[in-house]
Amino acid sequence: MQINGEFQPKIVAFCCNWCSYAGADLAGNNRLAYPENVKIIKVPCSCRVNPMFILRAFQRGADGVILCGCHPGDCHYTSGNYYTRRRMALLFSMLNYLGIEKERTRVEWVSAAEGAKFAQTMNEFTEAVAALGENKRLEDLRCKK
Amino acid sequence: MQRIGVFVCWCGSNIAGTVDVQAVSDALQNEPGVVFSTNYQYMCSQAGQDIIKNAIAEHKLTGIVVCSCSPRMHEATFRKTAAAAGLNPYMVEIANIREQCSWVHKDMPTGTEKAIILGKAAVAKVNLNAPLKPGESPVTKRALVIGGGIAGIQTALDIAEAGFPVDIVEKKPTIGGKMAQLDKTFPTLDCAACILTPKMVDVAQNENIRIFSYSEVEEVGGFVGNFDVKIRKKARFVNEDICTGCGICTEKCPQKKVPNEFNLGMDNRRAIYIPFAQAVPKVATIDADYCTMLKTGKCGVCSKVCTAGAIDYTQKDEIIEEKYGAIVAATGFNPISMDKFDEYAYNQSKDVITSLEFERLTNAAGPSAGKLVRPSDGKHPHTIVFVQCVGSRCAACAEKGKEYCSKICCMYTAKHAMLTRDKYPDTDVYVFYIDVRTPGKAFDEFYRRAVEEYGVHYIKGMVGKVSPEGDKLMVQASDLLANKQLHIEADLVVLAAAIEPDKSARPLATQLTASMDTNDFFTEAHPKLRPVESPTAGVFLSGTCQGPKDIPETVSQASAAAAKVIGLLAKDKLTGNPCVAASDELMCNVCSSCERVCPYGAITYVDKEFRMPDRTTRVRRVASVNEAVCQGCGACTVACPSGAMDLKGFATKQIIAEVDAICR
Repeated sequence: MQINGEFQPKIVAFCCNWCSYAGADLAGNNRLAYPENVKIIKVPCSCRVNPMFILRAFQRGADGVILCGCHPGDCHYTSGNYYTRRRMALLFSMLNYLGIEKERTRVEWVSAAEGAKFAQTMNEFTEAVAALGENKRLEDLRCKK
Repeated sequence: MQRIGVFVCWCGSNIAGTVDVQAVSDALQNEPGVVFSTNYQYMCSQAGQDIIKNAIAEHKLTGIVVCSCSPRMHEATFRKTAAAAGLNPYMVEIANIREQCSWVHKDMPTGTEKAIILGKAAVAKVNLNAPLKPGESPVTKRALVIGGGIAGIQTALDIAEAGFPVDIVEKKPTIGGKMAQLDKTFPTLDCAACILTPKMVDVAQNENIRIFSYSEVEEVGGFVGNFDVKIRKKARFVNEDICTGCGICTEKCPQKKVPNEFNLGMDNRRAIYIPFAQAVPKVATIDADYCTMLKTGKCGVCSKVCTAGAIDYTQKDEIIEEKYGAIVAATGFNPISMDKFDEYAYNQSKDVITSLEFERLTNAAGPSAGKLVRPSDGKHPHTIVFVQCVGSRCAACAEKGKEYCSKICCMYTAKHAMLTRDKYPDTDVYVFYIDVRTPGKAFDEFYRRAVEEYGVHYIKGMVGKVSPEGDKLMVQASDLLANKQLHIEADLVVLAAAIEPDKSARPLATQLTASMDTNDFFTEAHPKLRPVESPTAGVFLSGTCQGPKDIPETVSQASAAAAKVIGLLAKDKLTGNPCVAASDELMCNVCSSCERVCPYGAITYVDKEFRMPDRTTRVRRVASVNEAVCQGCGACTVACPSGAMDLKGFATKQIIAEVDAICR
């Protein structure tokens, strides 16, 4: 998306309910700014994120997708984030092969106490995605208005 | 089609300062399904809630979106509001435009734009929401405590005190656990038996408590409030109801060469035995591995001397089936094996002992009747070396020991050293340590007393080697503070062995589908805020099965676990979280992928009748989710290759709708 001639990436962030969503709330409570480009979708656990959701986001024109969950060992559901880690390692390498640069996808562990880490992660990620420019690889042109 | 109402909150200036709330409510007015849209200063206030209630009635709303603060803040409030107006509470979605928008963005136009997008995503989700009803399940008002040490005893007593029946399953012939083997307890130095055995008697006399000693849990099924447990009561070849515990059989049994596990093999017992004088239940047990009668059919002395006629050589294992509402794991600990620590010569010299063996040596009921003597020659030791952290804090040698701190060793070693100096002032006592860790009420004072009043030599440094030479033990060690090597001629070396969870914990965790950490300690539901609950609903943790603990801590945790159990058993019905997985039976092909990833064992297989197009019926096996057990993580929904599994409240279609709305 271009705003005032400047490229503004669309970024979807999946946050688990127990750690990362609370971490994002804490970033808000502490007024730690991060770009508006990031839109958060709440999921109960990072392991709820089906690779299909990520493909769908890229197909619909997202420029980057980030997944945030509890730190390994801290998952509310004991093992959910381990599934996420494995699934996403596979998916991201496949996406990289398809031409979705690996900088456009990311898994990050953010605890409920890490508001600052959340904001910092989003700042870095948005910057990295913005540097890559628009994602055209998986974009479905039929979805364009 | 839903009839959706949108309510945008200003939150004073918290939201309205960065987000044009009027623009947001106007923009969302035109979204599919939205029939009403408004904004108000404080939606969570009584007046704000009335706006929502009135709109639900007036516009016959079937779903609402509140654009406000985080759902962690007020989702419950708005769900209650909806329910009060007759709307299913799960038809409410929150768009977080405060914490995740107005508070982190400064610019009004872009903030407003983001708020609109977040609102659109919430509207898109509500369009696909379905009313959810939490499931209810009854509660069996009986608790099971696995393990009869001090942790299990305290938990059982507290639960029984509240009026609920409790069963204790203990694998040994008596309850009491490790504490029964101790001599004195730090930091008050009261004798372990004096404070433990009255509690054991309380357990035996409590009408609400049943003790299944010499028993093990065989199988656990069911879920929170409704566990079905099979308990194997091992044959002890003595009729428990008749045996009076007089002990004549244990004196007359001709098989005298059985290592006495209660004294850690430092003396012998008979093949028929009562572990110790204050055992509960005080009933004899025949050790089938050593009993001549059971092995060869020739002997029968115990049967002849038993005046009560309690001996029954034909007894078989018995399986007891019982239903429980809650299960408490209290499986306790053991010192690790010293086999891998050759440097301390544990297997070469009888005079190198572990601290638990030292405990038995100093105990009046122990192998030496409380006299501190060398196990090899029965002589009084004049120089004793205590080695701390044997196998604890052993990150570099993880194959030998444990990475963690065993927590209790600093204190019991100080106790041993102090008591030795107190009773035998002629002994020289050395303690080698890495650090002395004494956090706890009156703990550091206790340790300082050992050093200052009793003159125990505390030396910072580790023992490198212990080598038996003649009847002495040559101890080579380093003194880190003086930066020199020490050679001590010792009579007795005591190793503070690391503690590890009991071996029975791992298979039990599998049966309970409770999770464990890499050291085989049970994991708690939350390390700080839910320390006595396992992540598996209805399973609670008591004592050292959760991590190293001393007696005061164990007892506090045991009582805390009991409080949690009582809270559960006090309920007549359990209300579940309705956001659980559900399987589409028509699509399920029973690949069992979902079952493998489920951390709770919530997925089972049921036979289901399907009507075929030709009007015949066919029975097919399909996955079925137990809603009382499912915690709603959604791992199965992704693992399912056919897309049959979905999560209520976070359905695949709903999340995709949100993705679409955001990327639009």
